[in-house]
Amino acid sequence: MARRVVPISAWAGAATAALAAMLVGLPIAAVAWRAGGWGGLGPADWAALRFTLVQAVLSAFVSVALAVPVARALARRRFRGRGALVLLMGAPFILPVIVAILGLLAVFGRGGILNGLLDALGLPGIQIYGLHGVVLAHVFFNLPLATRFLLQGWESIPQERFRLAANLGMGPREIMRYLEWPMLRERMPSALLVIFLICLSSFAVALTLGGGPRATTLELAIYQAFRFEFDLGRAALLALVQLALVVSAGLVALRLGRVAAFGAGRGLTVERWDAKGAGYKALDGTVLVLVALFVLLPLVLVALRGVPTLAGLPPQVWRAAGASIGVALASTALCMAAALALASVRRNWGEMAGLLGLAISPLVLGTGAFILINPVMSPATLALPVTALVNALMALPFALRVIAPEYARTERDFGRLADTLGMRGWARMRYLLWPQMRGALGFAAGLAAALSMGDLGVIALFADPERATLPLEVYRLMGAYRMEDAAGAALLLLLLSFGAFALLDWGGRRAA
Amino acid sequence: MPCLTGEGGALLEFDGITLRLGDFTLHADMRIAPERRVAVIGPSGAGKSTLLALVAGFLAPEAGRLLWQGVDITQEPPGARPVAMIFQEGNLFPHLSVYENVALGVNPALKLGAGEKARVMRALERVSLGGMEARKPAQLSGGQQSRAALARALVQDRPILALDEPFAALGPALKVEMLDLVREIADERRATVLMVSHDPQDARRFAEEVIVVAEGHAAPPRETAEIFADPPEALRDYLGG
Repeated sequence: MARRVVPISAWAGAATAALAAMLVGLPIAAVAWRAGGWGGLGPADWAALRFTLVQAVLSAFVSVALAVPVARALARRRFRGRGALVLLMGAPFILPVIVAILGLLAVFGRGGILNGLLDALGLPGIQIYGLHGVVLAHVFFNLPLATRFLLQGWESIPQERFRLAANLGMGPREIMRYLEWPMLRERMPSALLVIFLICLSSFAVALTLGGGPRATTLELAIYQAFRFEFDLGRAALLALVQLALVVSAGLVALRLGRVAAFGAGRGLTVERWDAKGAGYKALDGTVLVLVALFVLLPLVLVALRGVPTLAGLPPQVWRAAGASIGVALASTALCMAAALALASVRRNWGEMAGLLGLAISPLVLGTGAFILINPVMSPATLALPVTALVNALMALPFALRVIAPEYARTERDFGRLADTLGMRGWARMRYLLWPQMRGALGFAAGLAAALSMGDLGVIALFADPERATLPLEVYRLMGAYRMEDAAGAALLLLLLSFGAFALLDWGGRRAA
Repeated sequence: MPCLTGEGGALLEFDGITLRLGDFTLHADMRIAPERRVAVIGPSGAGKSTLLALVAGFLAPEAGRLLWQGVDITQEPPGARPVAMIFQEGNLFPHLSVYENVALGVNPALKLGAGEKARVMRALERVSLGGMEARKPAQLSGGQQSRAALARALVQDRPILALDEPFAALGPALKVEMLDLVREIADERRATVLMVSHDPQDARRFAEEVIVVAEGHAAPPRETAEIFADPPEALRDYLGG
């Protein structure tokens, strides 16, 4: 083994690890304590469990199956705008769910452009609510994610192998068989698993597009037991079921081996000599145009509909925006401090924490926090701090994924030099880690800020009419059928999320 | 093989070729005689591998033509060129057996008749890999992997064998052994060999002629003994001393 990673400060890392474990452990203990017996699960709860599994399986398979032709087209074509398209595939990751929902409604909803088209052609319209709506939204988020992951797979096939294939006169079918399929067979299971895990904890999508006895996820059932039935015991029991589900799925994932690390594709193109025929070109072109439309059209429609009302938004929207900015700032600061401290303790932390992060659901943590706070004071008064804390925990695995390898690299390359010079603590941070890692730090902070800004999860449990973050305010406006105001607020949220990411990412990269 | 170009017998002709890759430019205007073993040497980054990629069809020139037996092959795709190629690394698919890796040289969809299968087995025997056809590349030593790549080039049965620093990963003794094997096989097949190397010793031992690539120019081939006895300036700079 190489040298150990030197902590910035030994106790900071250990304390952070303990604190994070406590912040996750205490709510879970509270949930377990408060939950009734297993007999308390009614038919509706079993239906929710079944629906959670079905939609997650469907979402994973549809996303990955569609991602294969998209990633292949991106891998074997060079064209103007290819880099922008790969970048666009990264956008849904930091896109607030509620904004995406509004955009998808504008395309696929009752008054959306697709139904308008079908109507003009004299065809029957489509319904976006229910199972297929939930799957559609999940595919919107995860198809781009899977595309980027598979594109990395294509980039991992050595250029020489394609040259060899060309020298041997292989066509697209042989290239699929000998080069691409072995890579896909290796990568697709982990992509399926990660998307399945992500969709298990789906809340905001189910809240807006699901609902009712036939389209309720466990997370949504927790929320409903809370808000509509005020049945804390049942909410806690459901939270326990959800926890058991995601933890067992996570353990299966660990058993099966490597979990996909969804990073950015490097945007490399490998020269290809196959698939030069007009048919293949038309196929790839169609695939790319369709996926670009699928990702871009909802965003453009939200922007177009939001612009007219943006200036005249009601005061509670601006208040909510202020709250969201505050929550995002606090959450980002917490997340980055924790990530740096943890990265200095263990270099292989990222892999484990990544899985842990996927397995912890915000609604489970929220339920636990509510149970803990409720006897002491009104949980609503702590709505924003709790949201910031939970958001920081949720973003932590992603931040660690970005930071930990860079930290290990910096220490590997310069650690001994810094040791001999006696650079420790703040000096090491200021003169070694920050200059070396600022690109990664900016990117991670951007992710944390955007994820927090757009989160619609735990806040829905805690908030009262006086308190809301911007995503919750958008949801409330939608619920009140004030669609113009909702569109304006959604555009504001979109600008804030992407703006926060762009600003922090740029700040890190500026002099890197 | 009949020679169609008349006097001089140029099989492979670089006709006023200019190739541009960003800031990098390579000029080549020369002929390579048939059945010769030619080493391509020069400083790293000068364009040795680029020259080979041009012949194999991985890179297209901006101007000029590449002629094979008088026929313009500048636009031919890599699979249709008279070139079998061995790369520095990555010559074998790790998930296919040795037999399958070699058989790809006969048919890229692995549809082989009985006669073709026998041809693959004979090629494996020829490079001393008889009995190892069921193994995966990872179960072979470095030298054996090179032999498997050579066996595939054998069954491809193309008149030009292009080697891009093929045995750089092998130790000195193994490398000499492989170069000798390539020479034997090239002689049997009456093939033209183009081999990129950064090691002048390789060229001395293996090549009848030498092409020096330096400062964006590929100089026409000259007899090995002659060029090392009286090296042009570009080669002197490269050899040093």
